[in-house]
Formats: sequence, structure tokens, C-alpha cells
Amino acid sequence: MEKEITLASPLPRESSRSKKAASLRTSRWKERSLAYFFLAPSLILFGIFLFYPLLKSVYLSLYLTDPQGRVASFAGADNFKNVLTSEVFYNSLWITVKFILLTVPTGVAAALVLAALSIQKLKFTKLFQFFFSLPMAVSVGTGSIIWMVLYHPTLSILNYGLSLAGIPPIAWLTDPKWALLSIALMTVWLNLGFNYIVMLSGMQSVPEDLYESAKIDGSGSFRTFFRITLPLISPSLFFISVVSIISAFQSFAQINILTKGGPMNSTDVLVYNIYQDAFINYRFGIGSAQALILFVLITLLTIVQFKFGEKKVHYQ
Amino acid sequence: MTIRAVNQTILYIMLSIAALFILFPLLFTLSSAFMSSAESATYPPRLLPSGLHWDNFLQVVDTVPVIRFITNSFAVSGAIMLGQLITASMAAYAFAFLRFPGKAVIFSLFLSTMMIPWEVTMIPNYLTVRSWHWIDSYQGLIVPFLASAFGTFLLRQYFLQLPKELFEAAKVDGCGHIRVFIQLVLPLSAPSLATLAVYSFLTNWSNYLWPMLITNKESMRTVQIGISMLQFEEVTAWNVVMAGIVIMLLPSLILLIVGLKPLVRGITAGALKG
Repeated sequence: MEKEITLASPLPRESSRSKKAASLRTSRWKERSLAYFFLAPSLILFGIFLFYPLLKSVYLSLYLTDPQGRVASFAGADNFKNVLTSEVFYNSLWITVKFILLTVPTGVAAALVLAALSIQKLKFTKLFQFFFSLPMAVSVGTGSIIWMVLYHPTLSILNYGLSLAGIPPIAWLTDPKWALLSIALMTVWLNLGFNYIVMLSGMQSVPEDLYESAKIDGSGSFRTFFRITLPLISPSLFFISVVSIISAFQSFAQINILTKGGPMNSTDVLVYNIYQDAFINYRFGIGSAQALILFVLITLLTIVQFKFGEKKVHYQ
Repeated sequence: MTIRAVNQTILYIMLSIAALFILFPLLFTLSSAFMSSAESATYPPRLLPSGLHWDNFLQVVDTVPVIRFITNSFAVSGAIMLGQLITASMAAYAFAFLRFPGKAVIFSLFLSTMMIPWEVTMIPNYLTVRSWHWIDSYQGLIVPFLASAFGTFLLRQYFLQLPKELFEAAKVDGCGHIRVFIQLVLPLSAPSLATLAVYSFLTNWSNYLWPMLITNKESMRTVQIGISMLQFEEVTAWNVVMAGIVIMLLPSLILLIVGLKPLVRGITAGALKG
């Protein structure tokens, strides 16, 4: 951050000190205004579409609104009270936690294993790297429809595969016991591409000579992986865990397309709940209150992760 | 066989099994897209079509305005990508090379935006965009995404790694900041700009919730929302649905093929070496 360079500072030839100081001041002033000019587009956009809405959410959460989103009456902490005492909210929170536990560790582990397998320099490495990145090109909308067919109640090819192994068919999306698991499986697949790319990228930045010297020391590939690769890619691992948790909290499209929160609310994650409150029932106040609670939860969790996780992260 | 050869064979087998699992949903999609509607609705399901039924693709184009959806998605993702490259590179230049008061504060402000979940801002943003009469408009789909904290961070990290001598030389030549930015820093940062371009295009191509909220007219829908129309138009014709998916997957697939290298090379450079 501190690598700053002053460019084009005019070379003052005048002997007079005040003139020198004045020209220095102008160049300082020029640099500052240029900096703010360069930052302005981003700052204005963040202001309008991130910081203002954040404050507006706080405001809305204290009011009851009509379907137009206009404030109808002051509710004070009532919206929060309603949310925090409702069973639906805790049910959604618990489903969200289960969803995170199902998707994040599996997703990170799968990406790590795939990257470790495909980093070796073999003939077809590049091809496999492309295969493993492919889900990155699949958007959540398209991915959901593909899995809708795979999970189809009567045509499911997955059930056919199970039947070949003598296992009775599973009602993937219609059985409350299976629905969340099915969504989680689909989500892990969907996010694998990005997770894999980050992991591979991290592994490729490990300097080659470290592996060389490990080899000379007679370290086997497992030992090398756990002793050298893993610590050195811990920043990537950490990054991916944080990002995965945040994105798991925010998963919406696959649930909207595949289950709509059902069956029997078994996939009613927090975001889906917020969406329903705000955009189906037009209760913007309650929706905002829930969104803020979610924000606080994500922030706390991320702070905890940074506090405890980052100590173990090894930065080069 | 040597140990090395055995190891390699095991590795290949493991890689192939993993690839099969990951590719299966996509291969199944591709295969179903060429089936006749009877073939796609049988149980036990078929793995391969009896012939190549290209007319599925024609039927998609006839039932749903796919071309329009793809054009919309391209326009929106392309504009967002360009906008993010411009706003992020400008901000990154300021953070990397300029001295100004409040730098640390503004920088942490940028980073904090990555923490704000989209749901918190979604309701007010929807109300804002609606009050500007931007529902069903390109600007409504594009403008809220034009700045990127992730992109700024990624580029800043790269800018800081550029060789210092170049700037010394530019300084001697009397180049101003704007010239240095446009003629020196941007061309030298092509790799990380490419990373950001690919990342930004792919993530915005996948946007679902926002386009769903602010588009009602069919002509303004993007691929992600349009795709679910297929499913309701033709209740059982999964072959046509899959053909639609193949058409809608092609653009991002091509971009991934072209962009995988810069993506892998650049994605951690910015995110991690803090």
C-alpha cells in the first residue's frame, strides 16, 4: 500500500523558497484532486447502491410499509421482535446452517482434492483442468434446470442408476428428508468450478523449487502435500472458505427453481424467506429486519473466521 | 512397469472418475438435447439419442425468444464488464500510486463493501430503481453493478507489482499521471485486466435474482430468467428444454475456454497476496 510514486512533480528552478513551496502545493493539490476524481465513479456507485440501501434497510426495518414500499407507520423494534420470536425464522436459520454445513466443507475439500490431482504435469493435465473448471460456465439458472431433470420424479437417470445397484428410487426433491441434501449436492457441483480455479491458482503460485528441494530430501508426495503445499495454499483455502460461507448464505436461485422452499418448508433458507416476505407478501419492513439480522450474522461469522482462521494462514 | 508408471495410471484413473462425475450432468444435457421427445420421456432413461434431432433447436428458437435473451445477457454482462474494468482500474490506480488524505479509510470502505450481502441492499435498491422508472430497462440491469471492490483490490495488487524503474523513467520524461495510467499501467496490466474481465462477465452472466425482480417484459429478460420459461411452455418436452440449455450455455462455455488461462493465473494474485 505504501509504494507511492510522485510523478511529474515540476522541477523547481527558482531560488525563492515561497515559490517552491507554492508549486509543491499545487502539485500536491493536483495529485489529490486526481485521486478523488479516480475514486469518484466507484464511490458514487457504492454510495447509491450499497451504503444508502444499507441505511435504508435499517430505516425500513423500523416501519410497516404498504405494498408500494411507502412507509405506513412506525413500528419501532416490533419487526425485529416479530422475527426473533417467530418459529419460521428459527426454522429457516437452522435450515441455512444445515445447508452451509452440507455444502461448504464438501465443496472446499472436493476442490482441494481435484486441484491436487490435476496439478501434476502429465500429458492430459490441461484437459482435466478444463473439465474441472466447467461448472464455472454453468449459471445457477441453467444448472438448476439441468438438475431438475436429473432429479425428475419419474424420469430420473440417477434413480435408474440406483436401481441398477438394487437401491429403491429416491424422491429427491419431494421428500422432506432428501430435498435439502439434493439442493446441497447440486450446489456443490455448481460451485466446484470456481472453487477449483481458485485452488489451482493458489497451487500454481507455490514456487517450483520448493517441490524440487522436497524431492531431493526424499519427501513422498503425500508428505510434500501436507507439509509444503497445504500450508502454502492456506491463503487460498481461507479465502475460499470465507467466500463459500457467504455465498451459501445467499443461495437463492436453485431453491426458487427446484423446490420453492418446500416440501414442508424443508428448504426454506433465510434468503428465500426474506424474498417471500418482501416481494411476495410485500412486507418490506419485516423483510428488511430479517436481512439486517442476516447481515449481522454473516459479519460476525466472518470476523470469527478472521480471528481464528487467519492465525493459521501462512502468508508468503 | 515401474512405480512411476503405476502411479501415473492410478492418477489417470482417479482423474477420469472425477471428470466423469463432474461432466455427467453436462453430457446428459447435450445428449438429451438431440433426442426425440419420446426418447427423452422414457424410463429407463436413454443415455444416447438414436439420431441427431437438430429440429429441437429450431423448436426452441420458435417457442421462446432465446436469441433476444442471449442478446440481452450479452449486452448487460458486456456493459458491466467494461464498466467494472474502467471504474476498478481508476480506483486501483489511485490506491496504488497517488497520495491523498483519507486513503486508508477509503480503502477499508471499499473492502467493507464485499461484506454487505446482496439481500440487505436488494429491497431498497428495488425501490430506488423503481422510483427512477428503471424497471424493464438496460440501465436498471447494468448500473447497480458497475463498480467492483473485488476488481479494484485485484488490480491494485497487480499494479503494485509493476517494476518501479518504469515509473522513474516516465517521471524523467515528464509524463503526468493520466498519461502514465493510460499508456503505461493499463497496457502492462493486460493479464490482470483479462482476469477481471472473464470473472466479471461470467458472474454477471449468472445473475438471477436482480434481473428477476426488475424485469417483467419478455423482451427485457436475460438468459437466466428466460430459461425457466422453456420449462413452463412445454410440460414434458425435456429434449427441447435441454436444447435450449445447450444454446444458452454456449456463450459462457466459449468464454471459459478462451479465458481459463488468465482466470487461473490471476484470480489469487489479487485476492490473497495482501
